[in-house]
Amino acid sequence: MRSAGAMTDINAYDTTPEAEFGDFVALLKPRVMSLVVFTAFVGLVVAPVDVHPFIAFCSVLFIALGGGASGALNMWYDRDIDAVMNRTQSRPIPSGRVEEGAALGLGLVLAVISVMMLGLVANWFAAGFLAFTIFFYAVVYTVWLKRWTPQNIVIGGAAGAFPPMIGWACATGGIGIESLLMFALIFFWTPPHFWALALFMKEDYHKAGVPMLTVTHGRQATRRHIFAYTLVLAPFALWLGLTSIGGPLYMAVAVVLNVAFIRGGWQILRRSEEAAIADGYAVEKRVFKLSLAYLFLHFLALMVQGWMGGW
Amino acid sequence: MALRTEHPIHGRRRSRNIGLGIVLVGFVALVFALTVVKVRQGGLMEGFDHQPRVSLTPAEPAAAPTRTPAEEVQQ
Repeated sequence: MRSAGAMTDINAYDTTPEAEFGDFVALLKPRVMSLVVFTAFVGLVVAPVDVHPFIAFCSVLFIALGGGASGALNMWYDRDIDAVMNRTQSRPIPSGRVEEGAALGLGLVLAVISVMMLGLVANWFAAGFLAFTIFFYAVVYTVWLKRWTPQNIVIGGAAGAFPPMIGWACATGGIGIESLLMFALIFFWTPPHFWALALFMKEDYHKAGVPMLTVTHGRQATRRHIFAYTLVLAPFALWLGLTSIGGPLYMAVAVVLNVAFIRGGWQILRRSEEAAIADGYAVEKRVFKLSLAYLFLHFLALMVQGWMGGW
Repeated sequence: MALRTEHPIHGRRRSRNIGLGIVLVGFVALVFALTVVKVRQGGLMEGFDHQPRVSLTPAEPAAAPTRTPAEEVQQ
């Protein structure tokens, strides 16, 4: 039992760090959310149906909120491995700032709110699509695949590739070849992007029990995979330029970026691990930065092309 | 003993309370604005509730003009 003196002293109660608002924001993975916002917005504005600007704003907002919900559910489930890896030890749950139950509750509540609101704002097809995306990321990727197969990042990448399709569905109420190709662009971009990072960010996935390609199949196999995916990616990026949302500007951007990305993949393939260590993974880091610009510029070109008019 | 009114725990709680307050007020404003936009866009505001109503009855196609018996005779 606390003494009367202790009861007047707030320090006596301050045994665990309490969360501040920013910790709950961090649970939603704001950096991932920025990719979701941008690609969903482009998917919505390039669609051949005019949407009221405020409806478009709300649609993107609730798609982003759904993405944040799946991020919170991911952090809740992965709290054990987040506590092991250096990069993730300072996240809100492993650092003790947010309780597990609070993170789970936030994820579930935001998932329901985002899906219901998107249904009311846009249409129920888009809302169902968002619900499927949250399920795919939080359950299919996080629970089933991430700790089971080194192809986790490939299949899990689908969750990050759905937002432009949801944006398109908000405007059109359905799926088109254009939205499928925007999906393919992100889907096939994710593996080379992530594996280039995995080559120079030597995280302790093994200790955390996460099967990463660099660990299970070796670094040379990872280099082959990166190059192969840059080759698979290019036709989809160019095909998108031949659809109703493509045009000369997009095509020019896609040709330049895909040649550069394939060249980067080739350079990664041709390097030995010794050469990479010698120059501090300079090529891998350059290709990783290129991959970030690759996706951003493709979607930016689609948006500008939409304003300019296509073929 | 001087009472310490400001402790880090107070700051964190204030941050949560203000943040949540802004989110709730923002959500209310957003739903209100959304309602205004949806209403101005028009669309069907009434749902079918198994009671026939004029406002829900589909418009009938315009009927062909009928001829009077006199017109028939003139033909």
